[in-house]
Amino acid sequence: MKGNEAIAEAAIRAGCTAYFGYPITPQNEIIAYMADHMLEMDRVFIQAESEVAAINMVYGAAATGVRAMTSSSSPGISLKQEGISYCCGADLPFVYVNIVRGGPGLGSIAPAQGDYMQSTRGGGHGDYRVIVLAPANVQECADLTYLAFDLADKWRMPVLILGDGVIGTMMEGVSLPPMRDLATLPDKSDWAVGGMYKTGRAARHITSINLVPAQLEQKVFSRFDRYAKMAAEEVRFEDVQCDDADLVIVAYGTSARVALGAVHEARSMGLKVGLLRLISLYPFPEKKLEALANAGKKFLVVEMSMGQMREDVRLAIHDKVEVSLIPHAGGVVPTEEEVFEKAKKILGGKI
Amino acid sequence: MKKTYGHPESLVPVQTKYCGGCGHGIITRIICEIIDEMGLRAKTVITNPVGCAIWADLYFDTDTVQPAHGRTPAAATAIKRMLPDHLVICYQGDGDLAAIGTAEMVHAANRGEKFTTIFVNNAIYGMTGGQMAPTTLVGQKATTAPKGRDPIEAGMGYPMRVLEMLSTLEGTRYLARGAVNNPGNVRKLKGYIRKALEAQMAGVGFSMVEVLSQCPTNWGMDTIKSVEWLENNMIPFYKLGEVKDQIEETKAALGAVK
Repeated sequence: MKGNEAIAEAAIRAGCTAYFGYPITPQNEIIAYMADHMLEMDRVFIQAESEVAAINMVYGAAATGVRAMTSSSSPGISLKQEGISYCCGADLPFVYVNIVRGGPGLGSIAPAQGDYMQSTRGGGHGDYRVIVLAPANVQECADLTYLAFDLADKWRMPVLILGDGVIGTMMEGVSLPPMRDLATLPDKSDWAVGGMYKTGRAARHITSINLVPAQLEQKVFSRFDRYAKMAAEEVRFEDVQCDDADLVIVAYGTSARVALGAVHEARSMGLKVGLLRLISLYPFPEKKLEALANAGKKFLVVEMSMGQMREDVRLAIHDKVEVSLIPHAGGVVPTEEEVFEKAKKILGGKI
Repeated sequence: MKKTYGHPESLVPVQTKYCGGCGHGIITRIICEIIDEMGLRAKTVITNPVGCAIWADLYFDTDTVQPAHGRTPAAATAIKRMLPDHLVICYQGDGDLAAIGTAEMVHAANRGEKFTTIFVNNAIYGMTGGQMAPTTLVGQKATTAPKGRDPIEAGMGYPMRVLEMLSTLEGTRYLARGAVNNPGNVRKLKGYIRKALEAQMAGVGFSMVEVLSQCPTNWGMDTIKSVEWLENNMIPFYKLGEVKDQIEETKAALGAVK
């Protein structure tokens, strides 16, 4: 199965009953898969007139309390940012997928990680965050998408699946999660619209507007309290031989796959290199990185962007040691040799 | 004694933020009366726009959803798809519907989405203080057209007749234009809106009622003059009446399918 297809199938199995998309490469397998499966299951699929319309359909669907999703690639995700901000302002949970391509602008359709800052800082206007999960293989495309719907509902905020053209279009074996019985999904009847007649409750208004600054500030403060609780519970990473490592490579997604090959090569040559593969990019594993820095490790960030993630690593370790960088852009993927050579150089060049 | 007139249950008993002479209040009340008459208050979701009617959720005692500027038809699309047995009303002004939200409005109509749009056309941006709208008449003054809308020299474009534009789309089944300039027209308008909402609940397809409404504040007139201006300028250009009515034939076709 392709990564994009695994994302789509996992969303269906997680109980996504509303999908809204617009074609853009390299995520077209998702929208095609959803078209192929959602309608025959009597779920809602709409090919929207634009990414802007798609995210606002998500806004409407999420307001009714169903599990909703949209997917796109970098330029399309930029277009969705207004709607994502509105969803956060109205505390509407949903899942969105960004299969990142080379930018800026129309850029290329090749794999990239240049949307790191946009993803981990919220992306649209105003103070908000979204949970960002970065799969590195097809199995994780399924597992993290499945998890994403639960996290979105648990924390009542959007969850972003951040992949790239490699992750989305490569084929691997995958073991799929079970089909959720829709009756077992979280109950949102305490805030969603619709069904007022069932209980005779008061009218509800889903909105992000509040013209009283002090009130709006309190809403943002309470949202950030929630983010802090979430961040304490939802940090995810994979530690590959960091314990005895002299050098820790920090990477996620496709970059981490490449870095893992370089780690194996380095170890076979007797170089103590480890990999901290980030799975959640927000929340960021600050404590883990700080502990590694306190243990005297050196750091190398490998990313398909121009040092965007390195800034977070530097912040996490308070610049206690230098953080080296292999940056790429425009759709260029690093090579194992390049990472290995850089690691060797950082460790003194001798084997 | 029999009660013949009262405050609609669906209308929150508060003073509105609308200016004196504004048409929004009348339109809001008509919608509430019909929701009550249809017995659907607890089964209604209204999407309110960005613009003067952003405060509509203070007045409608129904569930409401407030999306981004111009995107109400996209949100209403999803709400109606997820809650097909509910009455979904997309309340929009001319800037929201005919400028920034043109794509969402046209495509929702073309898909034949089964919600009803109430399109309040006062030929001006109200909330932001009187800028030119897509429906501003040629020669009409606005803060962004201080010498009047000039489609030729200044390239400001022509006023858009939204209903006539939408009438060519197969997904649209009921399109009507009313006005709130006098009691007779208000009664006619109520008939159009009722027909549209009943058509929606019959699953007929996309329905929209445009309402010509006065904006004394941003037109720079008192209420009486603004009503006269609407009658003398807007109604001749935006013809009142039913622009498209395919309700009965659609119902017949739906019945034949069943």
